[in-house]
Amino acid sequence: MTTPLLRVEDLRVHFFLDEGLVRAVDGVSFDVHPGQVVGIVGESGCGKSVTMKAILQIVEPPGRIVGGRILFQPDSGAAVDLTRLSPKGPALRAIRGAEIALIPQEPMAAFSPVHSVGEQIIEALKLHERQWRPSGPRLSRAEARSMTVDLFRSVGISMPEERIDAYSWQLSGGLRQRAMIAMALSCRPRLLIADEPTTAIDVTTQAQILNLLRDLQRRHGTAIVFITHDLGVIAQMARYVVVMYLGRVMEQGAVEEIFHAPKHPYTRALLRSIPSVNVAPRTLLPTIAGSIPHPLGRPRGCPFHPRCPDAIPGVCAERAPALRPVGSTQLASCFLYHRDEAVEP
Amino acid sequence: MSATPLLEVRHLKKSFPIRRGWNRKVVGAVAAVDDVSFTIREGETLGLVGESGCGKTTTARCILRAMAPTSGEILFRAADGRVVDLAPLSHTGLRPLRPQIQLIFQDPFGSLNPRMTIFDNVGEPLLVNGLRDRRARLDRVADLLELTGLRPEHMHRFPHAFSGGQRQRIGIARALATEPRLVVADEPVSALDVSVQAQVLNLLLELQKRLHLTLLFVAHDLAVVKHISDHVAVMYVGQLVELATAEAIFRHPRHPYTAALMRAVPVPDPLAPSGDVALAGEVANPANPPAGCYFHPRCPFVVETCRTQTPPLREIEDGHVVRCHRADELALTGVGAEPRRTV
Repeated sequence: MTTPLLRVEDLRVHFFLDEGLVRAVDGVSFDVHPGQVVGIVGESGCGKSVTMKAILQIVEPPGRIVGGRILFQPDSGAAVDLTRLSPKGPALRAIRGAEIALIPQEPMAAFSPVHSVGEQIIEALKLHERQWRPSGPRLSRAEARSMTVDLFRSVGISMPEERIDAYSWQLSGGLRQRAMIAMALSCRPRLLIADEPTTAIDVTTQAQILNLLRDLQRRHGTAIVFITHDLGVIAQMARYVVVMYLGRVMEQGAVEEIFHAPKHPYTRALLRSIPSVNVAPRTLLPTIAGSIPHPLGRPRGCPFHPRCPDAIPGVCAERAPALRPVGSTQLASCFLYHRDEAVEP
Repeated sequence: MSATPLLEVRHLKKSFPIRRGWNRKVVGAVAAVDDVSFTIREGETLGLVGESGCGKTTTARCILRAMAPTSGEILFRAADGRVVDLAPLSHTGLRPLRPQIQLIFQDPFGSLNPRMTIFDNVGEPLLVNGLRDRRARLDRVADLLELTGLRPEHMHRFPHAFSGGQRQRIGIARALATEPRLVVADEPVSALDVSVQAQVLNLLLELQKRLHLTLLFVAHDLAVVKHISDHVAVMYVGQLVELATAEAIFRHPRHPYTAALMRAVPVPDPLAPSGDVALAGEVANPANPPAGCYFHPRCPFVVETCRTQTPPLREIEDGHVVRCHRADELALTGVGAEPRRTV
């Protein structure tokens, strides 16, 4: 296999609150290969967004990366450990926005309301010019503007010449998200992080945006880390899926394996409990007992054991299972498959 | 069809003025709800679906009389058997009917008073409606909490001690406190995680069976609506575009918008066909809707008539109403009722 573009190894991000320690991300590992779409799925509090913030080094205090490595493979040379770089230093700034771009959940909050959307994209283009175009004359304003118009056209914004001067609050939700995608793609990143990019959007517009992302991904070969809580979106977008629960990876594998042969009891229960349009009306859903524990009261051992139908007495509550292979590409952290492989509690 | 109608909404309209300038001059109107009619029979659930801005919440608020409709009738069969039109009633006129129509809110975090205990939150509707005896209230609240799957001994805790799913159960307990005949649930599970969403949906189904509740279930998620509804009404830009039994509407949608809405939902199966962009364009602006059929600029089956003439709402089959000129000739595919692949 090729060398991964991004390798997250045993990442730990803890939040040091007055009330206690929250292990928001506690030993997460996964790889993203060039051109691959990796989906990270999980319910609230599972650490999916914190993982994303750790990759970009934008974890807010009192949160801190306390362990693990995030290796990013630049175009040439050796892989860089992003956790070693200063969050405000030039090395990371050269990567963030240029090599790794973000599509945030709320484009309304991400765009500045006092600058036109076009202006913000032109700024990014000029700021990262040397990353996406190592040689050649300096980019002129007119050139940057015409590039932005082209970007708008490529993400399906009609009347791009007029829309470029619009402010984010003048655009509809779908257009705003398209403009955000244009901005994320402006510097031709090799890795795109999409954090719930369609959660705030209506379903027919969501279908358009997902199609656009799929199309752009195919055309440019950009690798995407797709973060969502929607299993339907994951199934349609990702090739490889990471299932998280309370800061840990429960299971990961190729999308077909995760959806058709899930191994971890949490993945199985989660898939069963989604309402589907393919069932008879008014049928009871299989449920997962209990609710997601409070972040400060995380259970000992396997975080899922109090809700797990297959919990092994005396084992699951004591130690946390390690993530180990259970199939050709599939890994699961569950004592049902690896009785003796635990990580430090 | 045997049950008697509990709620009958006829030609409901609600428009909001658009004001401009220093003197707040009225320069136009947004027809948020534009001629909506439906019936809910006793013990049944009507699912009201649509995308944001389609008027589904405004419809629900008019029925609750949280706002006064511009025109139309809201006929409600009260507990004593009288049929009352809620639309023109005043505050005092509504007073005796309020306990019979209750609401479950979307946001389980914003809808409970954080300074009141669960007992006070759930017991307040009882107090307001004249149950002054604290002992009796304690008993009733304990029963309600048990009914919704909560532990009665937790009733003196404050809302912050509960998770989202538990808070939504508290909200349901509060809605049921006055033994309502009609419960309006406005997106009651959309703020919940998947694993908790299933629990709350099941709870609503069970409670409905046990208490013979009638539900108006407002949601944007078609899968959720299918799980809970007997009938489904689809709205688009303030208008009702299709109404039928859940079975019929999912199997054979007759309006192109309904069909597109169904196809747009991403299916949680990587082998399912995808990439079918159901619809181009965006939802029309209700302040300035297109001429003719409101859906025509996005409709793949548009013909000349659609651009000029507004289609009427008509019954195409027994109990299946649709607002489309071409409903008879189109063969639209829905989503099947075949059992889901077992995991």
